[in-house]
Amino acid sequence: MPQDFAPLLEATNLSVFRGERLVLSNVSFGLGEGGIVVLRGANGAGKSSLLRALAGLTPLAAGTLRWAGDDALEDFCTHAKRIAWLGHLDAVKPALSAAEHVPKAALAAVGLAAYADLPARLLSAGQKRRLAIARVVAAGARLWLLDEPTTGLDADSVARFCALCEAHRDQGGMIIASTHMPLALRETQVLSL
Amino acid sequence: MRRLILRELRLSLRHAADTAASLLFFVIAGTLFPFALGPGPTTLSAIAAGVVWVCALLAALLPLDRLFGADFEDGTLDLLLLSGLPAYGVAFAKTAAHWLTTGLPLLVISAPLAVMLRLPAERVPLLLMTLAPGTMLLSLLGTLAAAITLGARRAAVLMPLITLPLMIPTLIFGAAAVSAPHPAASLYMLAAMLAAALPLAPLGAGAALRAAAE
Repeated sequence: MPQDFAPLLEATNLSVFRGERLVLSNVSFGLGEGGIVVLRGANGAGKSSLLRALAGLTPLAAGTLRWAGDDALEDFCTHAKRIAWLGHLDAVKPALSAAEHVPKAALAAVGLAAYADLPARLLSAGQKRRLAIARVVAAGARLWLLDEPTTGLDADSVARFCALCEAHRDQGGMIIASTHMPLALRETQVLSL
Repeated sequence: MRRLILRELRLSLRHAADTAASLLFFVIAGTLFPFALGPGPTTLSAIAAGVVWVCALLAALLPLDRLFGADFEDGTLDLLLLSGLPAYGVAFAKTAAHWLTTGLPLLVISAPLAVMLRLPAERVPLLLMTLAPGTMLLSLLGTLAAAITLGARRAAVLMPLITLPLMIPTLIFGAAAVSAPHPAASLYMLAAMLAAALPLAPLGAGAALRAAAE
């Protein structure tokens, strides 16, 4: 989607190594408030590596990442506070209950309110993914970085997830998500890797 | 950071068997010495402090391989690094949690074990005074080793190979203080080592965590 406003997040000529392999080179895009970028590409194309680089977890081999014109990665802690992260792993602790992972309001947003006191080890794979999404919602961060967020979700949960994304964008939030599944989201930029 | 420490304590409480395993190992390992050397009070009282120290070191190592391992495997490590807390802050919180769940309980039960090993009762407070900084040092250096070996093959073997040599000076001064006529110098050395490790070990562990997350 062509953007008619100055991007808040601006990636220019990003290159990323994973181990000793150059997985991405010269990736550029901009993202303004309310923007959504969907990363597409075959397995191993570098979607996860790009997300990790955008989060600051993996260093950039080349290129610049700017937030409101400043070097986004100059202060990692400041950058981290802008981000809600959902990796391809759910980061769910089996011994803790769902409510011990995230506040109950966020659990309700993903339809897990009834499971608040259940130990996470008793949740299904899809429910754990929803719990991880609830953590993103609860973070209150402006930029959501989501790696295959709909893995293991049923159709209703995917629809609920899309509604959450739309609500986040309506509040000026931004999302960068890698996915193989078509998502019912309005006006997304697609970045093919 | 307080939230992270509380969360670690809660997790440790839910996995109470892991903590209990360390303590049981400590007691059982210490108990083996009278069986091997005989119950003679002269021999036992001479080696009691050293035995308690060595057993405490080995017992405190047991939970270290899961200190970051579980978080690394389930994706929590990424969240911790993106929590807004500096990586060294994450490492420090983990160190504090390790000491509270392993070092402190070991400290508490080391007194009865020392008495059982015929350490003169008047020396027990001194033993505890040396073990307090000693277990903290072990938590600090153990966290550093756990972070360095994170994601490595054979991490469980590498970790003690890194930690134990680093603990040798602590062991020397800690065990010596208990039997020395003037223990102040050894206690000062322990305090100095703790003062040095307190900022340096979390910094190193934080850098290792960032490297592991790449």
